[in-house]
Amino acid sequence: MAANGNSRIVRGKCFVTKDNIDTDQIIPAEYLTLVPSKPDEYEKLGSYALIGLPEHLYPTRYIRDGEIKTEYPIVIGGENFGCGSSREHAPVAMGASGAKVVVAQSYARIFFRNCVATGELYPCETDERMCEELETGREVEVDMEKDVLTDLATGRTYPLKPLGEAGPVIDAGGIFEYARQQGMIKKAVA
Amino acid sequence: MAHSVGSSACGFLAAEGSLRRSGHGKPRAGRSVGPVLAIAAPLAPTRTPAATGSVKKAMTMTEKILAKHSDNTYLAPGQNIWTKVDKLMTHDVCGPGTFGIFQKEFGENAEVWDPEKVVIIPDHYIFTSDERANRNVDILRDMVKRYKIKYFYDITNRGDFQANPDYKGVCHIALAQEGHCKPGEVLFGTDSHTCNAGAFGQFATGVGNTDAGFILGTGKLLIKVPPTIRFVLDGQMPPYLMAKDLILQIIGEITVAGGTYKAMEFTGTAIESMSMEERMTVCNMVVEAGGKNGMCPPDAITFDYVTQRTDEPFEPVYADGGAGYIEEYRFDVSKIEPLVAAPHSPDNRKTARECSGTKIDRVYIGSCTGGKTEDFFAAAQLLHKSGQQVKVPTFLVPATQKVWADLYGAPVPGCDGKTAAQIFADAGCPPPASPSCAACLGGPKDTYARMNTPEVCVSTTNRNFPGRMGHKDGQVYLASPFTAAASALSGTVADPRDYL
Repeated sequence: MAANGNSRIVRGKCFVTKDNIDTDQIIPAEYLTLVPSKPDEYEKLGSYALIGLPEHLYPTRYIRDGEIKTEYPIVIGGENFGCGSSREHAPVAMGASGAKVVVAQSYARIFFRNCVATGELYPCETDERMCEELETGREVEVDMEKDVLTDLATGRTYPLKPLGEAGPVIDAGGIFEYARQQGMIKKAVA
Repeated sequence: MAHSVGSSACGFLAAEGSLRRSGHGKPRAGRSVGPVLAIAAPLAPTRTPAATGSVKKAMTMTEKILAKHSDNTYLAPGQNIWTKVDKLMTHDVCGPGTFGIFQKEFGENAEVWDPEKVVIIPDHYIFTSDERANRNVDILRDMVKRYKIKYFYDITNRGDFQANPDYKGVCHIALAQEGHCKPGEVLFGTDSHTCNAGAFGQFATGVGNTDAGFILGTGKLLIKVPPTIRFVLDGQMPPYLMAKDLILQIIGEITVAGGTYKAMEFTGTAIESMSMEERMTVCNMVVEAGGKNGMCPPDAITFDYVTQRTDEPFEPVYADGGAGYIEEYRFDVSKIEPLVAAPHSPDNRKTARECSGTKIDRVYIGSCTGGKTEDFFAAAQLLHKSGQQVKVPTFLVPATQKVWADLYGAPVPGCDGKTAAQIFADAGCPPPASPSCAACLGGPKDTYARMNTPEVCVSTTNRNFPGRMGHKDGQVYLASPFTAAASALSGTVADPRDYL
């Protein structure tokens, strides 16, 4: 569903979360009746991205009431981002809402894999505890070619880990697009 | 790391060869086959590469199963391999999207790789008036017809689940009960608790819709071989302790990310003496530690369970002597106390005793983790022994139709011939609800026992992150069925030793 040709340089406001953001906080189970492979339901899923974050911890919402897209293309996390269920709805909802990249110290395995398989967003790792360095609303640039995050207000830079083998797959827009580009599978025959 | 095949490894290899030879083609006749008998038998004449003397390096169960499924003689952790898939399971929440991706990517005229290897189990959002949820089950039915899928446990009459003989309930338990879990196999499912099936000594893990769509078209998946952490659980289980306590102990020890990308293998005398249902409880929750898969070595208890439910052949796989583990943990289970995972994380381990002042609003017994027959029997035994009434609403959701039938049809051991349903009624619980995932993951607003207000709940389920059972400010204490029943009687978190 992701557009071909994802960009490795993302500039914009960041939304800061903490450790162990699980899939129920990313997309609560009551919205899983939406089928991500249906285009209209894909858009709707996006409007609920990160709606499960408790209000008292996250008074600024990822998507404003009444909006369907986010103003934060960059999500910052701590450890173990995306833990919990295998629901692909989680990276899909974030991607559909307009998120391009998550920068976190570590990811849960299935969430990371679902990001790559769908090409919905880059799960970028860093050793820096960015969730303590930044706050929601800060303008940053995530450069996954040079592997550096820049806080645009201060000019301060933070190293990112290389995307490695996952990078080209997400660049292509997911595992199927990548496999086609590489000649591993043929184009779908309608 | 190079190990020659020593005598102990030969024993295990012989066990595999002879079990295969001794005819799991007619497995009902082989019910009494146990590993000890098998070791004495000679090597089978036909060998698959990974099971022969050509193995130069020792492997864990997970590495060995994946080697067999990728035509490799040896695999090391970190290698990327294309594994063959023996079974793909999906349900009403992820099935429609999985088929959507399959159709988009492989084309309208494509067929699924093997319609007999796809198992579709509606279970998540069944007893709801949510139109989209109902539509999703309808989509599954259409897909089953279009692609001639063999195993589909359908429900059409939502008003009375018993009017649907095909309907089972919670997918992971239904998979086991219907004979789809078999030692040595590779199972993927569009649900994180697919790791439940590791209890049978198979590689089983959860994937997203896109990976599942790929499997539908090809029967294969590219995966990374995980390193294995070994957990040795020895000792006699105290009468107040359950498998749930052991896995909460382990998750508390290694944290919710301690098993990330790793296989978690469980051995030791405590595991050996466990029933299949209890082994499932352990393996079910490895994903709560971030684990890729759980694994229990198959034995006579496994073979008994499997051969009572399927005639299909299978090949058990065992770790080689000298296999490499990245970490090993040892526990004496007799020293472990009844535990809870306090809000809001499965690794927030506390003893039930230290939380015993905490007032609760409700108790929930159900799910793939804590809604099996033995889970309800354990809760019923404690209630029966106490002779008391529950002080808070105690919701009972059997995992499957079979579990439901057991609650009404089978006497609970040591309870004067009473059924669990009678004991629960005597204790003042509402009657067991229709089998499904129900409130374990919240679900649509009208889901049975969903937490629609910020209450405090003791639950036998698997996750307690914010919002998991419905309300974002709800508080969930994960616990064993014993601890859940004790808490129901007390109206606070309670230690089951106070009632047993």
